[in-house]
Amino acid sequence: MFETWPLLSLVIWTPIVGGILVLATGGDKNASEARVLALLVAIITFALSIPLYTEFNVAKGSMQFIEHAEWMTLGDLRLYYHLGVDGISMPLIVLTTFITVIVVIAGWEVIKYKAAQYMAAFLIMEGLMVGVFSALDAALFYVFWEALLIPMFLVIGVWGGPKRVYATIKFFLYTFLGSVFMLVAFIYMANKTGNFEILQLHSLKLTMQEQMFIFIAFLLAFAVKVPMWPVHTWLPDAHVEAPTGGSVVLAAIMLKLGAYGFLRFSLPITPDASQELAWLMITLSLIAVVYIGFVALVQQDMKKLIAYSSISHMGFVTLGFFIVWAIYDKTTENTDMIITGINGGVVQMISHGFISGAMFLVVGVMYDRIHSRQIADYGGVANTMPTFAAFAVLFAMANAGLPGTSGFVGEFLVIMAAFKANPWFAFLAATTLIVGAAYTLWMVKRVFFGEVANEKVKALKDINSREFFFLSVLAVMVLFFGLYPAPLLEVMDESVENLVRHILQPKIPL
Amino acid sequence: MEFIAAYLPSAMMNDQTISQLPLALPEIVMLCMASIVLIVDLFLNDKTRGGTYILSQFTLLALVVITVMSFTQQKSIAFHGTFVRDGMGDLLKIFVYIVTFTVFLYSKSYLKARNMYKGEYYVLGLFAVLGMMVMISAQNFLTIYLGLELLSLCMYALVALQRDSIIASESAMKYFVLGAIASGMLLYGMSMIYGATGSLELATINAEVMKNTDNIVLIFGLVFVLVGVAFKLGAVPFHMWLPDVYQGSPTAVAIFIGSAPKIAAFAMTMRLLVDGLHGLHVQWQDMLIIMAVASLAIGNIVAIAQTNIKRMLAYSTISHVGFIMLGIMTAEKGGYTASMFYTIVYTLMALGAFGMIMYMSRMGFESDKLDDFRGLNQRSPWFAFIMLIFMFSMAGVPPFVGFWAKLSILKAVVAADMTWLAVTAVVFSIIGAFYYLRIIKLMYFDTPQETSAIEGASDLRIMLSLNGIAILGLGFYPEIIMGLVTSVM
Repeated sequence: MFETWPLLSLVIWTPIVGGILVLATGGDKNASEARVLALLVAIITFALSIPLYTEFNVAKGSMQFIEHAEWMTLGDLRLYYHLGVDGISMPLIVLTTFITVIVVIAGWEVIKYKAAQYMAAFLIMEGLMVGVFSALDAALFYVFWEALLIPMFLVIGVWGGPKRVYATIKFFLYTFLGSVFMLVAFIYMANKTGNFEILQLHSLKLTMQEQMFIFIAFLLAFAVKVPMWPVHTWLPDAHVEAPTGGSVVLAAIMLKLGAYGFLRFSLPITPDASQELAWLMITLSLIAVVYIGFVALVQQDMKKLIAYSSISHMGFVTLGFFIVWAIYDKTTENTDMIITGINGGVVQMISHGFISGAMFLVVGVMYDRIHSRQIADYGGVANTMPTFAAFAVLFAMANAGLPGTSGFVGEFLVIMAAFKANPWFAFLAATTLIVGAAYTLWMVKRVFFGEVANEKVKALKDINSREFFFLSVLAVMVLFFGLYPAPLLEVMDESVENLVRHILQPKIPL
Repeated sequence: MEFIAAYLPSAMMNDQTISQLPLALPEIVMLCMASIVLIVDLFLNDKTRGGTYILSQFTLLALVVITVMSFTQQKSIAFHGTFVRDGMGDLLKIFVYIVTFTVFLYSKSYLKARNMYKGEYYVLGLFAVLGMMVMISAQNFLTIYLGLELLSLCMYALVALQRDSIIASESAMKYFVLGAIASGMLLYGMSMIYGATGSLELATINAEVMKNTDNIVLIFGLVFVLVGVAFKLGAVPFHMWLPDVYQGSPTAVAIFIGSAPKIAAFAMTMRLLVDGLHGLHVQWQDMLIIMAVASLAIGNIVAIAQTNIKRMLAYSTISHVGFIMLGIMTAEKGGYTASMFYTIVYTLMALGAFGMIMYMSRMGFESDKLDDFRGLNQRSPWFAFIMLIFMFSMAGVPPFVGFWAKLSILKAVVAADMTWLAVTAVVFSIIGAFYYLRIIKLMYFDTPQETSAIEGASDLRIMLSLNGIAILGLGFYPEIIMGLVTSVM
């Protein structure tokens, strides 16, 4: 029944229009109406995104649910409203709509100041993020990509912590700085093809020098967003200052935009430059995995700790993407391990979406009660909040990559592929299993176990049914994909294979 | 002697000239109406001043209708090669009327609150519009100069309209002296070019220039002409007057200086450099590159240090002029189209930003400090949002139309094989983003200094909202303007 529906457009525009309606409910007098409406819109959008999964043809590696219309002619450039998803972007879209429902529920009673604007910002952000994942026209992609900064800028700045202004301006300028170079690269290529169609850019022949420049322009945009070491410094600030919902969306989805960009743009458009610079990408990824892991170990602030752990985990994603050429053996032309590596990266993206989102929600639950994120202010929380502690320990285990949780699957696949590339890569990457366990479990120990630390902790009340709901939903997802990742791997397999075939073809004109 | 004869009244009034009069219908109507407004105003007092206002606004609307009705893509040159009527001119004029209409509308309550609600504002404004129209349609050095001076003299007087304000008188003086020097430069350059080519008509000059592009006298003349142009546009290093004049003049005048004349200045630049001196484009390209990059750098960096929002907008204008120049610099049709699009979009954004200042101001309170915007989201969420649209649009963040304007310019620059210049431009626009973000920060993240509701006239509120929605709406579909611009280029 959904074949004739413009599903992607609906998933993009329902939350945006819904967000405007939520704004229209006005000031804080009508906060409860705004919340109900926001939840309704979020649930409808999530429901609309389900058919993307159920109706998805897993045997097809190319784009599906395509919508293609003329948008405008700008000078001699033609711009299209071109949407479509493949097995890589579809799960990310469903993740986005899912997380937004959680975020709306998580902000329910907590946000009292300008609740309507808060909810609206997240709904609009949701639409824009889905737009980024489904745009097949680079100009359209860029519009969504940049427009996304506006609601996030406001969310951090209006509802954030004490140093929010510094954090949010840093966030905005950093990301803006990265993306404008990408824009110039798009324009450069569009001048050759006459339009911004991403699929045409994929087959555009480019010399090595051009590819190098374009790759670096893309790298600036995506590395900032992922974020990769050394351009990650905005992330801990943004995370610490952002309200819980902001942190969740930032960690669960926004960081994936950069990784998605590597898959959709860098690798297929500039494969030769990617091959040439793969050493750099692998090095940066490994530094992120190992070094940032150690940085996380010494953090006193829980949110900062999780932020650094996010950077470290995202290092796996980029590692999985860029070991392609280290694995590839021209004589056998066997691509199985390459696919495993990229699959691992994508699974890691999805799984990190659930886990990091859950971790930030866990911190949020405690912050709402005690208004502190310092590890030192807690201790023995498990005594006063036993149910909550059970969830927290589960998510912490997942964050550490315990087998049986979704965190394990992605990391395992990437390490496996890395081993094939170079045992040293695998060795370095695998240290995260130890370091990750160390920083996460040490934090859990200090916060949840031991004696009740102070009067505030003693007065804590266990989670209410609202909090129980969103934590348990996330717990189910984490365990489900940990034990049975097949549904996820199944949808992306064909698309990843398609991508790998494409990137192994040199694009330099003869 | 033949040349002088061509400009003598007796020679002008032959049959051919009379048959060409309809081409100048908008100018003729404007002249008549401005004179009528001047006379009618004599019979009005402060209570009935609304008559002047309505008559002026009616004139502008009528001119929109007249120009749209007689809109022509065809280029016709009239009055012995002094005047041109073409699609580009018509479109630019239509935007000049619309922009001026909006300026008058925004400034009404501001003027009333400051005892400046006088006929002079409207009469000078209408004559300034006439000057712009002449500039836009000029096809001869003399007509360009005529239009430019008519515009400038009105502007000098407008800045000084608040007679008892010291700062306004100071800026008027500054504006006048520097403007006069710039006009002198322009005239000097024109005389050089006349000396080298023997003509004042742009078409003839162009033909002469093509024959001999190495003529040192021509290049000498070009430099001076370009100085005059750069002054009027407000490009570095001829930008000094802009911040002082913006800050010193009443906001109702600053909004006028900052909007419509930019369209006319763009037209003048196009007429001079493209219609007249296209043969020297290799030379003026280099000069424009230097001025454009300097404007982007100085405009964006110095704007960060400002605490007065009018002054900040002045520096932001300088940086936008840098972008406009980049488009013209390409010396290609795509670049001209992009620049024209940018100019129009810029005036719409500038209108909005100044409109916001006037919306926030009231009797005895100018609201021209950045701090006056503190906590606007708590006082008036809707207008904070409108201002957010203007600021993000100026910063070039999608989905607002300012982004498409920047994209078109960048596209033209990259197409001209100057990708490094496009990269330079985007680097400076990141720096620029900071001071626009600061306004948003003040409005959204800070608490207001006062909590009183803002009283703005309802027509101002409606127009300002429309202005903001237009910037957002055009962001989704910029082809509405871009298509028009492309069709006339």
